[in-house]
Amino acid sequence: MHGLSTFEPKNGFVKWLEARLPILSFAHGSFVAFPTPKNLNYWWTFGGILSFMLIAQIVTGVVLTMHYTPESTLAFGSVEKIMRDVNWGWMLRYAHSNGASMFFFAVYIHMFRGIYYGSYKSPREVLWILGVIIFLLMMATGFMGYVLPWGQMSFWGATVITNLFSAIPLVGDDITVWLWGGFSVDNPTLNRFFALHYLLPFMIVAVVALHVWALHVCGQNNPDGVEVQDIHKDCVPFTPHATMKDSVGIAFFLILYCWFIFYIPNYLGDADNYIPANPMKTPAHIVPEWYFLPYYAILRSIPNKLAGVIAMFAAIAILAFLPWLDTSKVRSGKYRPIFRIFFWIFVASGIGLGYLGAMPPEGGYVLAARILGVVYFGFFVVVLPLLGLFEKTTPVPASIADAVLARTGSASSVAASAASAPQTKG
Amino acid sequence: MAFTRKIGFVAAAVFAAVAIASPVLRAEEPPGFAEAPSPERQNWSFSGFFGTFDKPQLQRGFKVYKEVCSNCHELRIPFRTLGQPGGPGFSEDQVKALAATYTIHDGPNLAGDMFDRPGRASDYFPPPFPNPEAAAAALGAVPPEMSLIAKSIKFERGFPNFVFDALPIPGLGIYQEVGPDLIYAILHGYTKEDDPNWNLYFPGHKIAMAKPLADGQVDYTDGAPTTLSQYSKDVAAFLAWAAEPTLEVRKRVGLRVMLFLFLLAGLVYFAKKRVWSDVAH
Amino acid sequence: MATATTVEPTRRDFLYIATGAVAAVGAAAAVWPLINSMSPDASTLALASTELDISAIPEGQIVTIKWRGKPVFVRHRTAKEIADSEAVNIATLPDPQADSARVQKPQWLIVVGVCTHLGCIPIGHAGEYDGWFCPCHGSVYDTSGRIRSGPAPRNLEVPAYSFLTDAKVKIG
Repeated sequence: MHGLSTFEPKNGFVKWLEARLPILSFAHGSFVAFPTPKNLNYWWTFGGILSFMLIAQIVTGVVLTMHYTPESTLAFGSVEKIMRDVNWGWMLRYAHSNGASMFFFAVYIHMFRGIYYGSYKSPREVLWILGVIIFLLMMATGFMGYVLPWGQMSFWGATVITNLFSAIPLVGDDITVWLWGGFSVDNPTLNRFFALHYLLPFMIVAVVALHVWALHVCGQNNPDGVEVQDIHKDCVPFTPHATMKDSVGIAFFLILYCWFIFYIPNYLGDADNYIPANPMKTPAHIVPEWYFLPYYAILRSIPNKLAGVIAMFAAIAILAFLPWLDTSKVRSGKYRPIFRIFFWIFVASGIGLGYLGAMPPEGGYVLAARILGVVYFGFFVVVLPLLGLFEKTTPVPASIADAVLARTGSASSVAASAASAPQTKG
Repeated sequence: MAFTRKIGFVAAAVFAAVAIASPVLRAEEPPGFAEAPSPERQNWSFSGFFGTFDKPQLQRGFKVYKEVCSNCHELRIPFRTLGQPGGPGFSEDQVKALAATYTIHDGPNLAGDMFDRPGRASDYFPPPFPNPEAAAAALGAVPPEMSLIAKSIKFERGFPNFVFDALPIPGLGIYQEVGPDLIYAILHGYTKEDDPNWNLYFPGHKIAMAKPLADGQVDYTDGAPTTLSQYSKDVAAFLAWAAEPTLEVRKRVGLRVMLFLFLLAGLVYFAKKRVWSDVAH
Repeated sequence: MATATTVEPTRRDFLYIATGAVAAVGAAAAVWPLINSMSPDASTLALASTELDISAIPEGQIVTIKWRGKPVFVRHRTAKEIADSEAVNIATLPDPQADSARVQKPQWLIVVGVCTHLGCIPIGHAGEYDGWFCPCHGSVYDTSGRIRSGPAPRNLEVPAYSFLTDAKVKIG
């Protein structure tokens, strides 16, 4: 996309560098002049929040690595040493463990926002699929990170999740032994999980770069779901407008994040993980971290081992097919009244599955999880394909500028803002 | 705004529906959880926004631990932590003197022999049994190590309590003292005179540890009542400190961080408004 | 965009400057724990002293013990070694220091066994003065642990220590 301003170097060094590596003009085009739809709401700040959280997790994680020992007899003690003896270690550790939760919280909002406003639709299919890949990498990273403290829940979570692969016909058991590097979850497993937990975040960074690249090719979607027609009427420059708006989002998100770090740091964790791993004793209830609960509920709701595992992975994989499952010509949920109802039912089914995932797998809970699982998959394979054929949508504005005009009732242009500028200068 | 209201509404509706249904959904309680009542929430000096440990209380709790619990339970913390800021507040000399009363197995020395020596501040409390197997052989079960017990035990809070527990409402929310409350309750839970291993609050009611504390068992020198209630409160507070010795600094730093973030968020918000003031959006 | 063209700072500029300044302070404050966490932790600081029974060390022998992860040489010096060390004209030394300033009891020399050049461990009873010789770059120390020749700039460091009894020394 062509930017709203051009980068014209005056400084001699900058000119010299530009001729050899045009990194400054690239950065200017991508993060300063980049045209941003002016009707974006605060739900769009979660992209910036997620970038912030990714950096925060990598920085705290790298420092924690300097104090952590990935060895099964020492790992638990080294984490306690971080908590008790290392300067500020308690803060780094709580920031990292709660940071994972905040990261997932933000990514779920980011995904629901994308679904509500149809951000996956043409021409943003690749952008969306890259997002699904990031989500998968995040899940792998989060799971392996949870194993590192080598508490009871780490150990038994690792045991349960790696055993999922034993459901694969014929080679399942061999694959599981290969994953473990032994005949049970043990030191080799911990070592490789640590290596991968350190590697995967940098793979996430790489895929995020592709995600942002794809975003900058297609431009951002927006709440009205209409493509930008005239960047001078429909858009504002990324800096300062979007950067400042993202900063507001990040600042308020930080308040939530720090509330968890400093006042309820163990709220989202499981008490059992403060007991060192004991391969001879399983905790009464094995519960994954909250961000995996909906999928865990789907897994447990199906009585067949292989079918349960397939259903769980399908629940995530189906996201990648969303661009083709949704047949509606109208992009934004804002102009799709029936879709909106189903969207909120879908959100509710996700939250409900999350709650059921934390409950014991018995009696009515399993039945309820089955019902909500059907709702979850039904949204993708029944509702979205059919709605596009039958739904009567409301009129979509011709352009972003029109949409803003209709809402605020005032013409907006750079000229108008220039005229009003003198008044704001005291 | 309609958007956010809807999210709240839908989330609340789902939670309410699932939670109301949950007693119905739960076909049968898992064995043991059936009649165990939820422990009552106690008043702790270390709860809430400004919580700090009560030093005399931690010192009394340590005395209870030393005279009673330590006969069976290991406490894997170094002596030096007893003198750290935010803890029981023993002086450096007191800590050294206390450490010297313990015998530490060390070595080898230059002659290649293992030897016993008096403890130093940097040593850890020695375990009462050389290994878990020895403890199990002597007692019938391995007593849990105590340094994290206040964070590693819990009881189900249920809906909607677990939601309120996270919220910044003094007295109702910021509930992070589930462990100490359960310790206090268990020490009070030996309600069957004829069965010393029956406990009202312990999951399953059968507890390997027979009633460990009774009125008048430990002498207090600071005039605090020598009652079971006082002992259990003091030792629960001591164990809460042992599990989270950085609690005071965490809450102190947290307060500054929150005040700073509110200032920053306000400034960023108004700066953003200025930037956008000339754009209809 | 309407950028301020006035020279004087406006109220608008003040808001931006204040926001930027507060954000910068916050970023700096957030970096500090990351840096500080790499300093020695509480358990490392608590291990700052070690004790040694010296009664079993015969005259003329050097015993090496570990203190703060480094070797410490405890040398039971002979009368000749003491006399040699005390006889040196300190004005001729690269790092002038009297032997009496380096020992508490003349027969016991206690020095950190790390060459002051680049941190190698010198070999005892070696070199021109029968003190220490560092094999890495050829620094030669005498029986007082003082640098006599070679690239090392300073004498071997004397750690803080005290005699708890005649037979027991506490280092650190």
